[in-house]
Amino acid sequence: MTTSETRKGRFGIHGGQYIPETLMNAVIELEKAYEQYKNDPDFNRELTTLLNEYAGRPSRLYYAQKMTRDLGGAKIYLKREDLNHTGAHKINNVLGQALLAKKMGKTRLIAETGAGQHGVATATAAALMNMSCVVFMGEEDTRRQTLNVYRMRLLGAEVIPVTTGTATLKDAVSEAMREWTSRIADTHYCLGSVMGPHPFPTIVRDFQAVISKEIKAQILEKEGRLPDAVLACVGGGSNAIGSFYHFIEDKGVRLIGCEAAGRGVDTFETAATIATGKLGIFHGMKSYFCQDQYGQIAPVYSISAGLDYPGIGPEHAYLHDIGRAEYVAITDEEAVCAFEYLARTEGIIPAIESAHAVAYAMKLAPTMRKDQILVITISGRGDKDCAAIARYRGEDLHE
Amino acid sequence: MSNIQKAFSNGKAFIAFLTCGDPDLETTAAAVRAAVNGGADLIELGIPFSDPTAEGPVIQGANLRALRGGVTTDKIFAFVKELRKDVSVPLVFMTYANVVFSYGTERFAAACREIGIDGLILPDVPYEEKGDFLPACQQYGIELISLIAPTSENRIAKIAKDAEGFLYIVSSLGVTGMRSEIQTDLSAIVAAVRQNTTIPCAIGFGISTPAQAKKMAGLADGVIVGSAIVKLLEKHGKEAPPYIADYVRSMKDAIR
Repeated sequence: MTTSETRKGRFGIHGGQYIPETLMNAVIELEKAYEQYKNDPDFNRELTTLLNEYAGRPSRLYYAQKMTRDLGGAKIYLKREDLNHTGAHKINNVLGQALLAKKMGKTRLIAETGAGQHGVATATAAALMNMSCVVFMGEEDTRRQTLNVYRMRLLGAEVIPVTTGTATLKDAVSEAMREWTSRIADTHYCLGSVMGPHPFPTIVRDFQAVISKEIKAQILEKEGRLPDAVLACVGGGSNAIGSFYHFIEDKGVRLIGCEAAGRGVDTFETAATIATGKLGIFHGMKSYFCQDQYGQIAPVYSISAGLDYPGIGPEHAYLHDIGRAEYVAITDEEAVCAFEYLARTEGIIPAIESAHAVAYAMKLAPTMRKDQILVITISGRGDKDCAAIARYRGEDLHE
Repeated sequence: MSNIQKAFSNGKAFIAFLTCGDPDLETTAAAVRAAVNGGADLIELGIPFSDPTAEGPVIQGANLRALRGGVTTDKIFAFVKELRKDVSVPLVFMTYANVVFSYGTERFAAACREIGIDGLILPDVPYEEKGDFLPACQQYGIELISLIAPTSENRIAKIAKDAEGFLYIVSSLGVTGMRSEIQTDLSAIVAAVRQNTTIPCAIGFGISTPAQAKKMAGLADGVIVGSAIVKLLEKHGKEAPPYIADYVRSMKDAIR
């Protein structure tokens, strides 16, 4: 298995460590610890036990027969990350990072969260491993995801609503970074996506790569061959890179990331970074960002709190540059339709984030032959989104 | 001696930080002149950024006010050019990597030279990532100021050896903002710096009172004050300049 890391901490021109000097030794210490433990048999045994016995891995690769028949094209499989403990792929990364932090002697986890899935996962791992936990969440998102806020508090975490900027995910990341600079010795910043300064994009990618490792084994067992396309939604891009990683060298497998177009890529209310962003430096990394001509980060928008981020992880930026992965933009309306479609067709309510990938599959599958195979990663479950989608459809429903 | 180092030839240096365009550029111009009249030896001009991750609430607020007021990098360049007609103290820009990168690093450095900017501070560009900015800065004679933090430890030597202009010593963990107490063992950090360079070092982050300034100036070659000055702008808006002059005078007197 090769990696797209072209030199230490870089994916082509992307990545790097654009952070205050105060944090440099913390990320260097993290990198050293990760290098030490990633090939340590005891660490890996412990992590695998947690993933299997606690998080419920491996997750199912489910043949969506009704959806396949209805769309009339490629055979569709759903990678059911929504069935993991805490309801999303986020737990894969969090268990890995929490275990690593514990080995490093840290006693406190801090995290940012958008939709709340990463915050819930971090609060869960902290409860399990006897660590204290503080989650930063944009105030706007605490309103959109009140149930997840309660869930985090129930798990013993402190949730701090972030009121700066647009009060969404990017501001939660900024605030978590600020907090980390003020308290490093006992604290690990459990970053939730394949973004931020090196080594986070690599660490999070490695912990999420279990998704594509399983897809590969499962599809070979079921179909005796690799899929023709793998689809996943992209905000920062952790479930997408996890779904793509073990297929990067398999050039016959199309890798398709589905970004949030919000109200459309021709409007200002979008979060589609590859479609509308340009090269920049922010949140510790060089990558593509939605920004104005003076480099001011754009106040992005998506119905999905988890995709509502103005950047994309550096490895995705690189896969885009070299043409290995494709990135498409899906509007709020398309995602909501897909959310409803999967519920009715397969009896599976996907997270609104994951519904962006379902939406593109609904366009792509009918254009493919019936002997072709398409895998969609359902990164999370949609219970958390029901009230917001009901409101989007004009129903007066509150949690 | 570089222009920046001249700021350290008048006893201990007092370095004042202001965010350009907070609340508007006319006020910034008056505030800079007020700080210079009060005895400031060097002015750090902040170019606002939408997401200033190294700043505490006070300077975050200044960034937002300035951006809401419509200030842009180009407007700030025009403003500095005008300011340079009568302000002769060294001026450095303090901003974030993306502001410079998106403008075009070389184009930015060329503009700095043309308008009379002497240096550049980028708090989100550590030693390892200087390569994106240093060549253009060197080409146009703009000194790229390095920062040293309480956590720098084994990194101090290499940072200090390659440092230009002055060394910005971050007094405390965390973001910018006033602190009642500074607990870092700064004398050890300054000693480590002195072993590796002869360029001056100034301490910033958390300094707001004359007593703190006096104590810090006893350890280093100068002090940097941002949030306390920005706070005066937040409180008095366009009427802030005379308060800034008085405040800077009290601080400069304390470190003389």
